[in-house]
Formats: sequence, structure tokens, C-alpha cells
Amino acid sequence: MQTQLNNPAGAPASKGAISIRNVTKVYDPDGAQVMAVDNCSMEIAPGEVCMIVGPSGCGKTTLLNAIAGFHSITGGEILLDGVPLCGAKKPLADQGSDRIVVFQNGALFPWKTLAENVAYGPMVQGRWPKAECIERARSALNEAGLGAVADKYPGEVSSGMARRAEIVRALINEPKVLLLDEPYRAMDALTKQIMHEALLEMYDRTKVTIYFITHDLEEAIFLGDRVYVMTTRPCRVKKVIDINLPRPRDYHTLTSEAFRLLVQEADEAVHEEAIKAFQAGEREMA
Amino acid sequence: MSVLADDAFAAGQRPAKAPRRQPTGFGLMAYRASKGVRSPTPYLMLFGISLWLVAYWMLCEGLQLPRFEKIPGPITILSDWLSRTPAQGTSVFTPEYYQHIYVSCRRIAIAFFLATLLGVPLGLLMGWSKTIKDYTFPVLETLRPIPIMAWVPLAILMFSGYETPVIFLATLASFFATTLNTMLGVQSIDESYFRAAGCLGSKKWDVFRHVVVPGALPFIFTGLQISVGVAWFSLVAAEMVSGDYGLGYLILSSYVNSVTVPMVIGMLTLGFVGWFSSAAVRWVGNRLMQWHVKALAMQGR
Repeated sequence: MQTQLNNPAGAPASKGAISIRNVTKVYDPDGAQVMAVDNCSMEIAPGEVCMIVGPSGCGKTTLLNAIAGFHSITGGEILLDGVPLCGAKKPLADQGSDRIVVFQNGALFPWKTLAENVAYGPMVQGRWPKAECIERARSALNEAGLGAVADKYPGEVSSGMARRAEIVRALINEPKVLLLDEPYRAMDALTKQIMHEALLEMYDRTKVTIYFITHDLEEAIFLGDRVYVMTTRPCRVKKVIDINLPRPRDYHTLTSEAFRLLVQEADEAVHEEAIKAFQAGEREMA
Repeated sequence: MSVLADDAFAAGQRPAKAPRRQPTGFGLMAYRASKGVRSPTPYLMLFGISLWLVAYWMLCEGLQLPRFEKIPGPITILSDWLSRTPAQGTSVFTPEYYQHIYVSCRRIAIAFFLATLLGVPLGLLMGWSKTIKDYTFPVLETLRPIPIMAWVPLAILMFSGYETPVIFLATLASFFATTLNTMLGVQSIDESYFRAAGCLGSKKWDVFRHVVVPGALPFIFTGLQISVGVAWFSLVAAEMVSGDYGLGYLILSSYVNSVTVPMVIGMLTLGFVGWFSSAAVRWVGNRLMQWHVKALAMQGR
């Protein structure tokens, strides 16, 4: 089973280094120019869990959309393993299964069962024959503890299970980068904790690069290798916090002194931006 | 296990009964039927129907109020409808009655089939591709509000005989409803499904097959239910103007010949076949959209 998510050699299947260099994004709805991202740079190492924290509507999602190829950028460039995804010549990146997004509100196809959802990516890419795709999807779901609900539709399972299945659907394609856009936003604290542990467990297995947007600081510090605190619009990197908490982490980490200190450090930076964002009073951008 | 059970007995409790498993097939039908009989629904329905019948009877036969005295009441109608020798010529024993039903149903079937065959693909393409929508939408939106009755003279000029103009008119009405709903259905699909499909490596055709079509299906079937309704509506209108058989023709010719009972029989028959046809569409829709049915069921609907 391990071979399915990792490559046969057992080493990380792919690298997945993301370089975001001086990226700028200016929206111009109805002619008025709005700067969402201003000269933003980040270097994300392969296999790093990179947490992006910032006030609502600060432009975090704009960056994610640029990496995934949903939106164009207006300046700078983004590279994946040294290969440009988008830049001056090609403002919109191609969408591809090397960068898979897990969406805020969940985007499992409601008309497919969980197994069909997971099998969808490999099937349309022609990775394996159709029957094998379903077979592998089932065992991947089994491994994630979702074997019992593999034949249910997303509307029939809890949001926690659906979100976990969505991550399985992403990982079966062996992406270089997993892009998560506040995936646990709407969940209660207890479910969230279970989701975090499941994600950490999947991460320890696959070592995929993770770009994770959140505005929950504790979530960011608990999961991340590095936390980027962003400024309010236009979005820039305000502070980078390296998280040196040992892995594997579990809920004991949450009560450690080191964790508390990191939260305090990050909180000061975020709080300042939150106030700015609140005073600007702009409507949140999706 | 046995220790636990003994303890339970010692404490004076009954051993827990195994929870009932979900019955299947006939057992499930029996379970649903018994649950249905215990719910107020069937009794409220019966009461509603009898209330309506009594009111109808009082107006036309009991009190014979002014303006209602010429209208045949429920007893007159039922006795004629079920009689072997109907006084006014139409009953469940006259072959002609079935001829009218058959002709109308056949026209509806053809019209509905054609409208679906043309309307669903066009609606899907219009919703999916901005270019196609730009080409077609203004024309469609100009033609759509034209009442079907306004097409009657043109239809008679264009098509010969009784059959084709009637089918054309029913198809046209049904086509507009189907196309518009299908297009709205595609537009209602959440953008994130398209994005997810893109991330997972879909080609254009995959997106169409796996996202556009199933995503629009709930709207399509809402559209088809409306469309079968407007097909009946325009069919009857068309049959009244031009026709040799059919329920619309039956109603109008009865009126012309001053026989009121077949007129009402025709109306009630239309009610029943119309109900049946939209129930059939709904049934097919639920078969195709188990995911939708189950998701609604989880919400308690």
C-alpha cells in the first residue's frame, strides 16, 4: 500500500519546491485597480509544511489560485522545482495533477461515491485501467480508515470524513504539492483535532509539500514547519516563524511550553494585521 | 460476553435486543406501507378529496346555485363515465375515449422526446460555453416569450395535416423550458467542482461528462417536469384549433355539440395523465440521481 502514495523506492516521489518570486496581483473589476498581492516572495522547500496565516481577505487565496492555475498573476513569477509555472510571459499557470487543491467548502463530486471520487484523477489521467483505479481507490480509502463508507455518496458522510476523503483523492495522484485552503474552517474543535492528526499521519507517510492557508494560529503552529504571517491587503510576507517542534506531533504537543511560546510570538504579529484589516473594513474577498 | 449477560440478569435487566437490520425488497415495502398507514398522510388525502367532492356536488347538484346549474356534477359525471351506455357518448367502455387518450399521449411522447433530445444538449452547451451562449441566447430569449397560441397560424401554414402542427407546437413549448433550465443548471454548478476536476487532470471532455452533465441533472429534471407540463398545455391548445382526435379535441367538440359531460371527463382525464406523466419524469430522475435523493434524505427531506 505504501507504494501507492510513495514511489517504489520509498523515498519521496517528487520534490515539490515552490519559489514565489516578487509576485504581484492587481485585480481590476470595473476598471478600479485593487492590489491583492504586492511583491510577495517565498521559498518553500520540498516536503515542507508551509502555513500561511493572515487576516481574512488578505490575498492568501490569491497566491494559492496562482499556484494552482485558477487565476493569473500580474507580476513576478512562480516556479515549481525550478520550472516556471507562471511569469511575465505566461500569467496563468496550467492546471495539473502535480498541484492539487483541497477546497474550503469541500469539492468532492456529490454525484460520485467516495471510491469513484478517489478513482477519478487516476482514471482521467489514464494512469491505470479503470478497474484498477477503483481497486486502488478502495485500498487508499481503507488505509485512511474510510473503507466502510467507500460506497457512500459525499452527502451521506460527515464533513470530517468527506474532507479526509478529499485529501485521499488528492494524494492518490502523487502530487508534488498539496494546496489546502482553510479546509477545516467550518469544523468544531474536536473534529478539527482528529483531522489534524489524520493530516499529520498522511504527511508523515507521503512527505508531500503542503501549502496550507488558515487563520487559526494554533492550527498553523501545530501542523507547520514554517508559518508565514501575511500583511493585510495588499498581501506581503510580514513575518516568518520557523517551527522546530519535533515530529511526529500529537495532541501532547499542544500543551507544551515551546508550543505556547510560538503561539505568543505569532499572535503579536497577526493581531496587528487583524486590527489593520478590521479598520480598513473592506469586504472579505473570496 | 456471557459474563456480561449474566451481570445484566443479576442486575434485573433484560439483555439488550440486537438492533433491527434494514429490511430489503418485500420486507422494506411492507415496512414502508405499515409506516404509511400509521402516518396521517393517507387520511388527510382522503379527507381532502372528499371535502372537494362534496363542495363540487353541493354547488352543481345539491344546491344548484346560479351559474353552476348547467355544469354536470360529480354524480352525473361518474355515472356516465362508468356506464356501459353513456347518455352523452363517452365512458370508459367506449373505444373512442381510449383513442383520444392514446392520440394525445402519443403526441406528448413524441414532442417531449424531441424537445429533450434537442433542449438538453443545447442547454448544456449554452451553460458550458460562453461562445455558444453568446450566439444563441438572444434569439432564444426573443422566441421564448411568444405565447404558443401565437405560433398556431404559422404552424398550420408550415406543416400539413393534423398531426405535425400539433406536435410542433407541443415540442416548441417543451423545448424552451428544457433548454433554459438545463442552461441554468450548468451555471448553478459550484466553480470549485470545475477547479477540482482541473487539478485532477481532466481533459475538456472529462469535465463535460463528469461535472457538467451530472452537476446539471437536478435542474434538468426540474426542467423536464415543467416541460412535460407545458407540453400538455400547448398540446391541448393546439388540438382545440386543429385536430381530429385527442383530449383537447374531445373537450372542444363536446362543447360545440353541447354535451357537457364528456367535456369534464376530458378535463379530468387530462389531470390524471398529466399527473402521471410528471410522476414518471420524477421517477426516472430519482433513479438517475440516487446521490441527490440520498443527500436530501440525510437532511430529513
